[in-house]
Amino acid sequence: MSKLMSLVQRNTKVFFKDKGMFFTSLITPLILLLLFVTFLGNVYRDSFAMCTPKEIDVPDTIIEGFVGGWLFSSLLAVCCVTVAFCSNMLMVQDKVTGARTDLTMAPLKKSTLAFGYYISTALTTLIICTVAVVACIIYLSQVGWYLSAQDVLLVCLDVFLLTMFGTALSSVVNSFLSTQGQISAVGTIVSAAYGFICGAYMPISQFSEGIQTFISFLPGTYGTALLHNHLMGGAMQELKDNYFPSEVVEQMKDSFDSNLYFFDNKVSIPQMYCVLVGSVVILIGAYILINVLKGRKKK
Amino acid sequence: MNNIIEISHLCKSFGDVKAVQDVSFKVKKGELFAFLGVNGAGKSTTISIMCGQLAKDKGDVVINGKNINHNMDEIKNSLGVVFQNTVLDKSLSVKDNLKSRASLYGITGKAFEKRLKEVAKLLDFQGLLKRTVGKLSGGQRRRIDIARALFHKPEILILDEPTTGLDPQTRRIMWDVVTKLRKEENMTVFLTTHYMEEASEADYVVILDSGKISAEGTPLELKNAYTGDFITLYGATEEDAKTLSLPYEKIRDAYRVAVPNTETATKLIVKYPSIFTDYEITKGKMDDVFLSVTGKTLGTASSDSEKREGKKK
Repeated sequence: MSKLMSLVQRNTKVFFKDKGMFFTSLITPLILLLLFVTFLGNVYRDSFAMCTPKEIDVPDTIIEGFVGGWLFSSLLAVCCVTVAFCSNMLMVQDKVTGARTDLTMAPLKKSTLAFGYYISTALTTLIICTVAVVACIIYLSQVGWYLSAQDVLLVCLDVFLLTMFGTALSSVVNSFLSTQGQISAVGTIVSAAYGFICGAYMPISQFSEGIQTFISFLPGTYGTALLHNHLMGGAMQELKDNYFPSEVVEQMKDSFDSNLYFFDNKVSIPQMYCVLVGSVVILIGAYILINVLKGRKKK
Repeated sequence: MNNIIEISHLCKSFGDVKAVQDVSFKVKKGELFAFLGVNGAGKSTTISIMCGQLAKDKGDVVINGKNINHNMDEIKNSLGVVFQNTVLDKSLSVKDNLKSRASLYGITGKAFEKRLKEVAKLLDFQGLLKRTVGKLSGGQRRRIDIARALFHKPEILILDEPTTGLDPQTRRIMWDVVTKLRKEENMTVFLTTHYMEEASEADYVVILDSGKISAEGTPLELKNAYTGDFITLYGATEEDAKTLSLPYEKIRDAYRVAVPNTETATKLIVKYPSIFTDYEITKGKMDDVFLSVTGKTLGTASSDSEKREGKKK
């Protein structure tokens, strides 16, 4: 156990002290933030205004709460996966630099090493995401607060589960990598593509039907939808209660990915949790299996 | 002396490439053992198998009385390895690096601090503890590598080309430390090197070529078997050198005559005392042994060397 803790401590320190690795992990969330500040925020505000009949005067706090909720739910969804991928690249980097050989020169079980990477990746991702959640709470409290305590707790749960998902997925993918070139290629692909396929850069409902069907097979999408629901739900409820008919609000939920459909069947919130938890369990199982098989192959 | 490493009939292939072919040797406790071979000869593969990093195809490896098939964790506790390149975390400080590695051997808290003081004094890096490893010079880094390998007080220190690219001062510090540890703690040193003067200091040498042992013995045995002696005649004329009827070469202020062995040299001295007024007899060098055995020179392995007949075993 002490060896595991020591490995986790070492991996976490290396991640935060390796400036290249740390800043690379923040590229995608920073791009999203930049896009939002420069034009995405205004696009969503304008769309909201255009959809609203002139006779209904929706307060700015609701619009800002809604748009801010969209931004931070997208940001958190991206963070949980891309930060995990970059942090877990240490697993590959250690192979490249020879540090892994050095670590395994000690009387250390392969399983301890593998879990060391998993736990430290989850930990570093959670630290960064916690900072993002705090920033989110502070921002929303300033521009328009419509979250209940339950919403905040559920956001924390969503972040935790998505972090577990990102960590497990990156553990499986990174297990097959062993060169610097592969690190760069996978890092670039994940950073560039994940924001799109999880619906962070633009709502999934904007994509063509075929792509929407493809995306509905990706478990991470449901994590993003959970965050959309819990960070934008309060503002939606306020609109439903005081400003818009429920049909309009449902349409908004469809447009902004709070509602997701799997072959025209609406996926409920508990189902989304099931998909996310199930995929985490399957991916962790796959990671264990890969390590067991690699161990056997070596013997 | 007991054998601390016993390797018998070790084989390892990578696809069609036979990296190690039926290699057997023994290393006695406390000795400096040199494992020589050009790049690709199978040295690193053998070391990787000994350290549990690679699986063997056939053969037995017993270290410190324990078979690697069953007691790898115990064996790892008795091994310290200095790799060819630094494998420490460049973004962490020297102390953090040693702390993280030491804890994997169960050395923590006060035990760690105590051992840290000892190795820092031994290798003279007390002033570097807070420095980031990535910002150290090559020589400083090498000292930390050695400290990492020695931290858990291993019985066998494996040095995989440890002095390649090092400045003379760091090489001297390294060898002083190794010599001290051998004397005081009877530590066994398993060395691979490209520097023949280091190999000539070894107690026993194994020369590996294309995965097979080509020759083995003490440096003296190898020199006697694979190279002759050299007589250097000072103040002699070329006529004197020709008189001996042996191959010779002119060097700066003398003639260097190659003789098959010391016995022949003695006979020549008795036969031509007037020529031998100022002279010295030297053994062949380990470079000559290596060249004679493998047909290759270390560091410049060439494929055409395969054409030469050098296999002695």
